[in-house]
Amino acid sequence: RYVGEGARAVPLAGHVGFDSMPDQLVNKSVNHGFCFNILCVGETGLGKSTLMDTLFNTKFEGEPTQHNQPGVTLKSNTYELQESNVRLKLTVVNTVGFGDQINKEDSYKSIVEFIDAQFEAYLQEELKIKRTLHSYHDTRIHACLYFIAPTGHSLKSLDLVTMKKLDSKVNIIPIIAKSDAISKSELAKFKIKITSELVSNGVQIYQFPTDDESVAEINSTMNSHLPFAVVGSTEEVKIGNKMVKARQYPWGTVQVENENHCDFVKLREMLIRVNMEDLREQTHTRHYELYRRCKLEEMGFKDTDPDSKPFSLQETYEAKRNEFMGELQKKEEEMRQMFVQRVKEKEAELKEAEKELHEKFDRLKKLHQDEKKKVEEKKKSLDDELNMFKQKKTAAELLQNQAQQAGGSTTLKRDKERKK
Amino acid sequence: LYFSFDYKFKNLEGYVGFANLPNQVYRKSVKRGFEFTLMVVGESGLGKSTLINSLFLTDLYSPEYPGPSHRIKKTVQVEQSKVLVKEGGVQLLLTIVDTPGFGDAVDNSNCWQPVIDYIDSKFEDYLNAESRVNRRQMPDSRVQCCLYFIAPSGHGLKPLDIEFMKRLHEKVNIIPLIAKADTMTPEECQQFKRQIMKEIQEHKIKIYEFPETDDEEEMKMIRKIKDRLPLAVVGSNTIIEVNGKRVRGRQYPWGVAEVENGEHCDFTILRNMLIRTHMQDLKDVTNNVHYENYRSRKLAAVTYNGVDNNKNKGQLTKSPLAQMEEERREHVSKMKKMEQEMEQVFEMKVKEKLQKLRDSEAELQRRHEQMKKNLEAQHRELEEKRRQHEEEKANWEAQQRILEQQKLDASR
Repeated sequence: RYVGEGARAVPLAGHVGFDSMPDQLVNKSVNHGFCFNILCVGETGLGKSTLMDTLFNTKFEGEPTQHNQPGVTLKSNTYELQESNVRLKLTVVNTVGFGDQINKEDSYKSIVEFIDAQFEAYLQEELKIKRTLHSYHDTRIHACLYFIAPTGHSLKSLDLVTMKKLDSKVNIIPIIAKSDAISKSELAKFKIKITSELVSNGVQIYQFPTDDESVAEINSTMNSHLPFAVVGSTEEVKIGNKMVKARQYPWGTVQVENENHCDFVKLREMLIRVNMEDLREQTHTRHYELYRRCKLEEMGFKDTDPDSKPFSLQETYEAKRNEFMGELQKKEEEMRQMFVQRVKEKEAELKEAEKELHEKFDRLKKLHQDEKKKVEEKKKSLDDELNMFKQKKTAAELLQNQAQQAGGSTTLKRDKERKK
Repeated sequence: LYFSFDYKFKNLEGYVGFANLPNQVYRKSVKRGFEFTLMVVGESGLGKSTLINSLFLTDLYSPEYPGPSHRIKKTVQVEQSKVLVKEGGVQLLLTIVDTPGFGDAVDNSNCWQPVIDYIDSKFEDYLNAESRVNRRQMPDSRVQCCLYFIAPSGHGLKPLDIEFMKRLHEKVNIIPLIAKADTMTPEECQQFKRQIMKEIQEHKIKIYEFPETDDEEEMKMIRKIKDRLPLAVVGSNTIIEVNGKRVRGRQYPWGVAEVENGEHCDFTILRNMLIRTHMQDLKDVTNNVHYENYRSRKLAAVTYNGVDNNKNKGQLTKSPLAQMEEERREHVSKMKKMEQEMEQVFEMKVKEKLQKLRDSEAELQRRHEQMKKNLEAQHRELEEKRRQHEEEKANWEAQQRILEQQKLDASR
């Protein structure tokens, strides 16, 4: 994580001047401007917009929403703010309609989709051939303020479900909203209950970093005050001779910036003054990297081949492309084969039909020939009969002729016999 | 889809605290530490190692770590030395890249190639690291600045100088330096500088340029520096006492050329610019311009390898994955078309064959009918003949019987 491990250290014989590097870097980032994106998740009416106005000391856009939203939608607004010489492009995203439906099973979905869409947009830009990351407007969510209803009892199941779905995608800072509705003693119990429920459900909330000595102590103290119990107000009330942001009740005035009254100042310190940059960095190096890794793995990219030799980018893309071309060719080949098969089958079918046809006619032909043979036999026998008859007739006629001739003689002979 | 990018400017009505962001950035950068890679190119004997030691006030090259100039080379080598230096709580990992042998041969054709290859290989390493699925802290060994040493001939650039700079100006930030400036008088130096800048412009060589700023003071300073380009430098490893002060310098019989004396040479300007004011910008330009050029060329080659290039010029905003996706879609639609065509051909052929079969059947049927008719005709003929014969026979037999009877009657 730190540069320079393993290199040879050499002493300097004087002031070289590279200790200005942090300043050079800071000057560049101040000139470039900063960017921060906050997502506010919480039920309608928990004072999300008011808290944002209070935190950033300005009136942001938006009308209060009704409870009749059919689903959860996300509304985002981007503002240009400037404090001293520091320009900040702040985007505030609100969940509209969260917790208003009867069936809240899908409530978290549009939030997750939104967060993923920002990661996806960044990833697409990062993967482009000609890209402009330096001037890209980063829309990834750097901090998610999760507004917990001040019931005083425990987290709602919707809260646990939602936070569990979000904790690997965004830095979650849970806050107890409208905490002026809870008494001091109830609040302490409430915080303990919430924290233990988060732990037992394995919800990873954002921890203020303690690795840098200059802020380790304050961050570590603040971590123990989570979730922050906040009160928001844009109304001002005169306390002493100052106008302070407060909420006035008949029984007293809740001062927003009074640390005895609520944790607003702690939230502002942690979220903005001390850890804004860390929130942005964590989003980029942890949450985004996780999204990117999953996305690339989904698409079939991997880092090393079985022999543990790391692929170069070119090899990876070429391998992916070859695989993909191979797939396409295979599909093409399959289609061709299918056609060849169909043609073969159809040909066989038609051949079979042809064969049947010829067989049918061969049978008919044979029958016909049999018939013809019979006819011919009949004809022959008739002809024989005719011949025989003719012979008989001829023989008979011959006999008759002989008899006639002899008959004269026969008659004569008979007559002679009589005369005797 | 989700955003409308018309920003609303809002005024703050009180303290918020993000004005502390620069401090947060400062703090984190100190914790992380800094890196810088500096390449030094020039013929032997131009005082490169001495200049580096002077710039960083250290013995980068010492008896234990002798500089490349002490070794004899046959070809151009590219070697790196890494040192860790610390100052004012700020840690810097400095990598010096030497190119011993550059320009020292008789035939120096292509002596720039190992340098180009080195720079490209560092870009390649970074690109691969950046493209991994599992990315960790990416070590950045890309060359962020190249100090190019020009021999103080007094005339102009040598062909090798021009060739080198032309080939490398789009890969690395080039800062040309006139070496051993103490061998020229101020006037000679002035003239030499003017000649060099003229030739640089003529050959359209892009040397490192200072970024514009809105700050008037800064811009004034930058313009002053621009007038003195290329910087003429002197380096020294020895400390000499001059007027009670201990300074780095070169002792001559006629006096001491002081390294950090602005009237003697431009060393201080170089040091201030390279280290104290523009080190970060050199890194940014390397990252945002030189590296991106390398990357987009590399990815375009990988993406469009084998694809018709004319179709895709100017479409370089896609990522290789998007390109593959598009190719896949094209292929799918091509296959669909092919499938339709094949289907049509198939149907047509089947229709033809069926028609032929039907015709054949009809013909056979016709023939069969014909034969049947013939046979029936024969049959009828035969029947007729038989009938006639029977009739004749019957008549004749009847006749015979009559005759017989007559005969019988007659004989009684």
